[in-house]
Amino acid sequence: MRILLDKFCKSFGTTSVIEDMQLEVGSGEMLALLGPSGCGKSTTLFAICGIHRPTSGRILFGDRDVTNLPSQARNVGVVFQSYALYPHMTVEENIGFPLKVKRLATANIKQQVAEIAKLVQIDNLLGRRPGQLSGGQQQRVALARALIRRPDVLLLDEPLANLDAKLRLEMRSEIRRLQRETGITAILVTHDQVEAMSMCDRIAIMNKGEIVQIASPSDMYNDPRTAFVAGFLGNPPISFLKGRAEQGAFVLRDGGLKLPLPALSGIADGTELTLGVRPEHFGVAGGIPVEGRVTFAETQGRENLYDVVLPDGSVLRSIQPVRDDVKPGAQVRWMLDSSSTFVFAEDGRRL
Amino acid sequence: MAEKTAVPTNPASANFSGLPVIGLLTLLSLPLAVMYAYLFIDTISNSQGGSLVPSEFTLEHWRFLWETRPGKPNIWLVTLNTVIFTCCITAVTLTVSSMAGYVLSRLNVPARGFFLAGVMVLHAFPSVTLIIAIFIVLQYLGLYNSLIGVILVKAAIDLPLGIWLMKGFYDTVPWEIEMAGVVDGASRFTVWRRLVLPQIKPAVMALGLFSFLSGWSEFILPQVLAPGARVQVLSVYLAGLIADDNNFDFGTFKAVGVFYVVPVLILYAFFQKHLMNIYGGGTKG
Ligand SMILES: Nc1ncnc2c1ncn2[C@@H]1O[C@H](COP(=O)(O)OP(=O)(O)OP(=O)(O)O)[C@@H](O)[C@H]1O
Ligand SMILES: [Mg+2]
Repeated sequence: MRILLDKFCKSFGTTSVIEDMQLEVGSGEMLALLGPSGCGKSTTLFAICGIHRPTSGRILFGDRDVTNLPSQARNVGVVFQSYALYPHMTVEENIGFPLKVKRLATANIKQQVAEIAKLVQIDNLLGRRPGQLSGGQQQRVALARALIRRPDVLLLDEPLANLDAKLRLEMRSEIRRLQRETGITAILVTHDQVEAMSMCDRIAIMNKGEIVQIASPSDMYNDPRTAFVAGFLGNPPISFLKGRAEQGAFVLRDGGLKLPLPALSGIADGTELTLGVRPEHFGVAGGIPVEGRVTFAETQGRENLYDVVLPDGSVLRSIQPVRDDVKPGAQVRWMLDSSSTFVFAEDGRRL
Repeated sequence: MAEKTAVPTNPASANFSGLPVIGLLTLLSLPLAVMYAYLFIDTISNSQGGSLVPSEFTLEHWRFLWETRPGKPNIWLVTLNTVIFTCCITAVTLTVSSMAGYVLSRLNVPARGFFLAGVMVLHAFPSVTLIIAIFIVLQYLGLYNSLIGVILVKAAIDLPLGIWLMKGFYDTVPWEIEMAGVVDGASRFTVWRRLVLPQIKPAVMALGLFSFLSGWSEFILPQVLAPGARVQVLSVYLAGLIADDNNFDFGTFKAVGVFYVVPVLILYAFFQKHLMNIYGGGTKG
């Protein structure tokens, strides 16, 4: 079912958290809401599931205006950031609660709970209480409780934050598979850009209550609209160099590096600029040589990560296949692939 | 927790012996124990004037259980009155406090601040000063000398404390649980009944016990508002015994006292675990 937030605003008292948000999630789509802490992700989610009334604007499910509908009438499944399991009930009662509220027959509830518990692999824990579960198990109980009602819309507020790396990987594909199979429209709130990129059809990046950009993961990565978006996606993160425009080229502040860039034609000389270089575009391949000193080296198993300080003090990150000829303190001359860099104006806009 | 403290062999700490402490405590509480012992012994024996040693065993002081003394109401009627009085107060206090506390803690009602302040002031207000006014009001309503009247008054006086206590406990229940319940499709009432109330069960138990004890031991209100023979409660009956100068009987007075205190002791024995719970702050079970 399509979700549409139309000119959605939310303020608590006098503090305005979200202003004029426009967001459409297609039917059966999975959208990631990505953004720094406190930018209003949970608030948006709570408005969609009906816990917060919008201050103004409309919320539509399909063509139905649900703005003034209470939560109970919306058929939304939510996994809360803090799980919000019912501590006095067993896992089985927790998962079955949405059905019990609907007054389904006990045998029916029991059977459905068993099915869904098997799906999220907690069928051996049904008799326990939430207090006797690990964080990851609690999370899966919360997920099962959200799914059991076969909701039209599934909202996930950082559902994988507490899982270990392996389980997180499993759950990622598990959630994605469930979502695809059931055709539920889903919104996933996360801090983790890898999660957002790997699980979702589209990503919406939020900052201070605004959506900065919505795009598919690869578009977002290869074509960020602002320096904020470029800085948010990618691990290890992009590095930024400060400089000026000079005759259609980017020049580092001390003049030590000159990059001719097509994007800069028509930009007045002396304009302050920021250059974004992803770590994979600085290393052995590329057209422009850059000299610097390695200050930090870290191996990540398959790849090595280096921090290189340029003569003017700015830092470039480089990620390369494992090699052990470069140690911290070494002077290097590596190549920069200028065609894959991004230039941003002073206000963060991409040129 | 309560079971653990009840085991006498459980040492306070491995580092020092508990014996001196226990000895000291025994010594200090000895006078109390002796008093309680004599309260009981005096009810089943007679002794010579001035002597501490009982001279004969007798059940005459307990006669009030099977014969009604002239000019006094039947003890079983009085006991029944007391039970009704206390149970009604407990029921009213529990029902109203648990609902009102929730409303004040969670719902966005108009004039919420005013209600909160009002409850606070009422709680701090010495209720005895109201007794004349209440007397007149009850007389007007025709509820003077009736159990209903005094139950309503006592419950009303106990309510501010109960509401305030319950509100405090509701405040500790996380919001997310309620949000989850609402999203799961439950009505606000179901959420309260099935999800929130069970979280504060220890508090409800404790408040119930407190108001039961408070009702059981209430004296001033029934004495002033319902002194009649047909609606007397035990405290009033007991007071009537000493006030009676003509045939003053200390043995019977003590026997009624013991009779009056036994239910309280039984209650403590059964529910002390729950009472402890409220101090331990545990929400187990
Ligand atoms: N009930 C409230 N009253 C006042 N301000 C609130 C309330 N709820 C949230 N806020 C504010 O709204 C802003 C957004 O909060 P929100 O919980 O949506 O952040 P978030 O993006 O989910 O952050 P996180 O990633 O840390 O969970 C925050 O600055 C927060 O302080
Ligand atoms: Mg949040």
